[in-house]
Amino acid sequence: MNQELNASSSKHLRGKYAIVGVGETEYTRGSGCTTRTLGTRAVRAAIEDAGLTTSDVDGMLSYSYNDSTPSPIIAGDLGIRLDFHMDVYGGGSSIEALVGIAMGVIEAGMCNTVVIYRAMNGFSQVRIGGTGRGGRSALSGSSLFTRGIGLSSAGQMFCQSFMRHMYDYGTTPEQVAHVKVIHSEHAANNPKAYYKQRTTVEDVLSSRMIVKPLHLLDCCVETDNGTAIVVTRVDRANDCRHTPAVIQSVVGRCIKPRGDMHYQSGPISTVAGHYAKDILWPNAGVGPKDIQVTGSYDAFTFTTLLQLEDYGFCKKGEGGDYVSSGVMRLGGERPNNTSGGHLCEGYTHGVNMVIENVRQLRHDVDDSCAVGPDGKRQHTFEYGEGGCRQVKDVELTANLGWGTPGIGSAMVMARGG
Amino acid sequence: MALEGEYLSMPVHIDAIDREHFEFFSYCGRHELRAQQCVSCHLKRFPPTTACPFCSHPESTWERLSGCGAVYSYGEVHHAIQQIFRAHTPYMLLLVELDEQRNEPEEFDGLRVQGNLATADAELAPSDLVAQVGIGTRVKVLFKTIGTGLAIPLWAVDAEAEQPDKPWRYPIE
Ligand SMILES: [Zn+2]
Repeated sequence: MNQELNASSSKHLRGKYAIVGVGETEYTRGSGCTTRTLGTRAVRAAIEDAGLTTSDVDGMLSYSYNDSTPSPIIAGDLGIRLDFHMDVYGGGSSIEALVGIAMGVIEAGMCNTVVIYRAMNGFSQVRIGGTGRGGRSALSGSSLFTRGIGLSSAGQMFCQSFMRHMYDYGTTPEQVAHVKVIHSEHAANNPKAYYKQRTTVEDVLSSRMIVKPLHLLDCCVETDNGTAIVVTRVDRANDCRHTPAVIQSVVGRCIKPRGDMHYQSGPISTVAGHYAKDILWPNAGVGPKDIQVTGSYDAFTFTTLLQLEDYGFCKKGEGGDYVSSGVMRLGGERPNNTSGGHLCEGYTHGVNMVIENVRQLRHDVDDSCAVGPDGKRQHTFEYGEGGCRQVKDVELTANLGWGTPGIGSAMVMARGG
Repeated sequence: MALEGEYLSMPVHIDAIDREHFEFFSYCGRHELRAQQCVSCHLKRFPPTTACPFCSHPESTWERLSGCGAVYSYGEVHHAIQQIFRAHTPYMLLLVELDEQRNEPEEFDGLRVQGNLATADAELAPSDLVAQVGIGTRVKVLFKTIGTGLAIPLWAVDAEAEQPDKPWRYPIE
């Protein structure tokens, strides 16, 4: 056996850290409150979910595009005195990277338990899809190649990579639309999802064009929300309320050659996951075939597809077949974004996909199945509309975070013992 | 010292301390498309950078390019985000692969430039022209003067080049 893939060899803190608590506010378009309130509520919910108290938390991390409230304020509101905190700039691909940072700072003895959150009024205040809308400042050097040519939003930045994938591999609009269709089926079984109605391929293709090849329904649903997770060492995790989701490996903001100018380098339909996979799988001691549930970032339908290819869930160029084959559907071989993800549940810059996989690994996703006398849901594994969304016997999940075609993060989690 | 201008009602200001962009757009002002070429490994690069992405050497010279290339990929904006571009939809976000340095230094690498499709007189292309352009279309740089000694590069269908029978376009119009 390849030594690098030997799961019995302990390396890089594999199996030493876990996500023990998760929390979120309602996904809305109009929270009616500040990101300070959203952050406070999500952090408190995650701590409570872990079975911890605020005095157990001594570290905090957050990320934003300067559209949020920093951790000293959130912690202060909750009466938490921090031994470590950091608020970083960024959106998609941050959450997995920050899990790795949390593990590192705990390992360095800087603190013991870290809450990571993202709080955003992503619809009512700062719409990520509208990046550049208000840009009235003068065009300077490099911005003549972006705002100066009407290239400012995420869709406008990514569209050439998506288009070239269709050209290189014959990927069809119908195949890609299945990502939305499948995630909408999952959202229909998620009482929290902003969009719960099921969508058809025809719905996607007949929705208005935003930037070719992206129709409106190829784009995620911008929402207001706070989301949070609690990271601590696995020996402490065993005292927590739920079965821990144990971190097997993390990759943080791995970059293609030339970073933001990635379109100069290699086939542009190849994304950062092509490089990230060589850290993710060896460090986890497993490969894509071992993963039962994926959380492939769906800012757009295409982002899910491109990442699944480059992380090796299918051959490069066969992503169109993969996403339209039913593999990703609840009841399929490897469901993706079982909460409905960014396309349907809500847009969180990646946290809700991590939260969902944590709940999958607990075998206790919050669907409509009846709660039994032990307080746990009695999952039916019937995936019809409005039904169950727990995947049976989940032991291993993967999150594939997207920043741009050139920037990605990833994480493998296992069900704790 | 700075280059000053205005484009589509947007003010443009390129300060001389942003040396690489100041020089690039100064050449554009003379209607010359140039790329930095590394003095050490001799590879050209785009867009302007402060060092060589292939060998990290900080020094370079500005080499003139033919300004000819083919559309490597594109996006077509139907819903503009920036107010100023709403009057111009649909407009094309072209990724043009220049004829120089194709598949160098590695296979699938190239000198690729982001820009808009334009008419021969340097106006953003109308929808009937947009509909004719796709991956493979041969294009040529042209310049729109937007200030004293300042111009920006745009891309027009190359009337003198041999064009593909049918450039590749997104299958749903
Ligand atoms: Zn060089």
